[in-house]
Amino acid sequence: MNTPRLPAEPLLYLNGVTVSFDGFRALNSLSLIVEEGELRTIIGPNGAGKTTMMDVVTGKTRPDAGEVFFRRGTDLSRLDESEIANLGIGRKFQRPTVFENLTVFENLELSLADNRAIWRTLFARLTPYRRDRIGSVLARIGLSEQGGTPAGSLSHGQKQWLEIGMLLIHDRTLLLLDEPVAGMTDRETEETAELILDLAKDRTIVVVEHDMAFVRSLGAKVTVLHEGAVLAEGSLDHVQNDPRVIEVYLGR
Amino acid sequence: MQSKRLEERANTWSPGFWAAFGGCGAVLVLGVPILNLLVPPNSAAAIPDYLVPLLGKYVCYALLALSLDLIWGYAGILSLGHGAFFALGGYCMGMYLMRQIGARGVYGNPLLPDFMVFLDWKELPWFWWGFDHFAWAAAMIVLVPGLLALVFGWLAFRSRVTGVYLSIITQAMTYALMLAFFRNDMGFGGNNGMTDYKDILGWDVHQPSTRLGLYLASVAALGLGYLVCRFITSSKLGRVLLALRDAESRVRFLGYSVTHAKLLVFTVSAVLAGIAGALYVPQVGIINPSEFSPGNSIEIAIWVSVGGRGTLSGAIVGAVLVNLAKTWLTGVAAETWLFVLGGLFVLTTLVFPHGIIGLFRQARSARPRRAAPVAAAEEQA
Repeated sequence: MNTPRLPAEPLLYLNGVTVSFDGFRALNSLSLIVEEGELRTIIGPNGAGKTTMMDVVTGKTRPDAGEVFFRRGTDLSRLDESEIANLGIGRKFQRPTVFENLTVFENLELSLADNRAIWRTLFARLTPYRRDRIGSVLARIGLSEQGGTPAGSLSHGQKQWLEIGMLLIHDRTLLLLDEPVAGMTDRETEETAELILDLAKDRTIVVVEHDMAFVRSLGAKVTVLHEGAVLAEGSLDHVQNDPRVIEVYLGR
Repeated sequence: MQSKRLEERANTWSPGFWAAFGGCGAVLVLGVPILNLLVPPNSAAAIPDYLVPLLGKYVCYALLALSLDLIWGYAGILSLGHGAFFALGGYCMGMYLMRQIGARGVYGNPLLPDFMVFLDWKELPWFWWGFDHFAWAAAMIVLVPGLLALVFGWLAFRSRVTGVYLSIITQAMTYALMLAFFRNDMGFGGNNGMTDYKDILGWDVHQPSTRLGLYLASVAALGLGYLVCRFITSSKLGRVLLALRDAESRVRFLGYSVTHAKLLVFTVSAVLAGIAGALYVPQVGIINPSEFSPGNSIEIAIWVSVGGRGTLSGAIVGAVLVNLAKTWLTGVAAETWLFVLGGLFVLTTLVFPHGIIGLFRQARSARPRRAAPVAAAEEQA
């Protein structure tokens, strides 16, 4: 058993979370603690429950059993997606999902930290401050030139970056990144690693990833999932030397 | 510099837009009365009295199409039961007009409309109370369709019923209402509906001047409806709607309530449809349950797709052109109309998915760009 040390301030706390789909246990009594300010990578073979774990945290899937807490005492299993998002939990999907018919600029505008009440959006105005903020994020994700282009005409890598920009512009407390470098070139992967390390300085990030070189470049604590539960936890070197991990995952 | 779209957004309420809007408005508001009243009746340009309510009917249809385009074109909600909101607004107006008849009915009962006397009813049902006052009827014209949309939408959107499933349940809704209104004991005149109106706000509904007034009121409602829709679609909410049309779950993860956004536009749209129905009834002189028929609602979707869905001006153009064609063709070869209508729908879906307005824009962008502020303003619509 690998018991995590009791953290001073757990940001995300999953205890005994179980999710079944037609008898298949996607999560099997999963327990996981992510501390405030931590950068955590989660790896595991296909079907280990990585994406389901993210679905549970962001409210897309309700757990059949177990507890999911954010900060102290906010029960995420009772909230829906938009309420969870407004707590400051942002998610980047496996497949980049940007709003293809809106421009890059408008995609960021919708992601701005702002009052999300629908009737407010009817009268919302784009202040110069917000315009500047969008401009600075455009610069940071390297899309300054593409502000006016519809997001649908961006390249795959650019869409991934825009999606990270959409998380970045809203000052989220916790970012969940599902395979952020999938389909990227080596160069883009390196740049993404740098960007994530930079972002991790002032927020908590959980990254799910298959790319081992990328996981190594992040140099963060690794959690290995297997059959819906935590198999091992620790530094990448530590888990890579764990015989059980080698057997189920790395040895294949 | 940021983008063409941003420039257009700035153009939403530009002088160019107001010029175009005012120009179209002036043609409709001044043109018809001038051609009707001032031009000698034997002139080719004259609009005879009997055509005025017909034009008014087209304007009501245009407002109805606009209401559907707001939810279908911008939020991807294809309601195939929008005729129900139109009919409910119409029934509210019909009830007011029935109460105005008073003792002038066939049976001369000062309180009960003829069909109730015929059914041997002794008292006015409670839901007819207040309809002798125009203010009450006007409030109901807004509230009844609005509340139905609010409750129906809340149930549907909260349960995340989308796409074709939503279209099917809206059809079921209008069909169920049609069956209910066909029943005599519902108290709305059964399959005969309500007709034989005498006057509205003290004016005789058969007088040409009243009809001209109703036409002008319809034009005013269409203009206001257009401005409301333009305000919504050019606001940040408009961008949220476009976003949820394309990637609904992603909008949720951004923290916007998709349910609230849809509910808001769905309700606004139903109210617009109700107002259109209320203005329609005194101009055609009758309201009956066939207005609820599912076919009517499907036809609205065809007007919008022919004109160009997702463009507000397209909805108006589509409604007017398709109905002009219908009026003409049902006079010349009535039995071919349904085939033509079906053909139009197939054609717009396959050949020009952005409708007539889409074709215009294509043609315009193919030519070298000129600085045309009016055109740029229309673009946003």
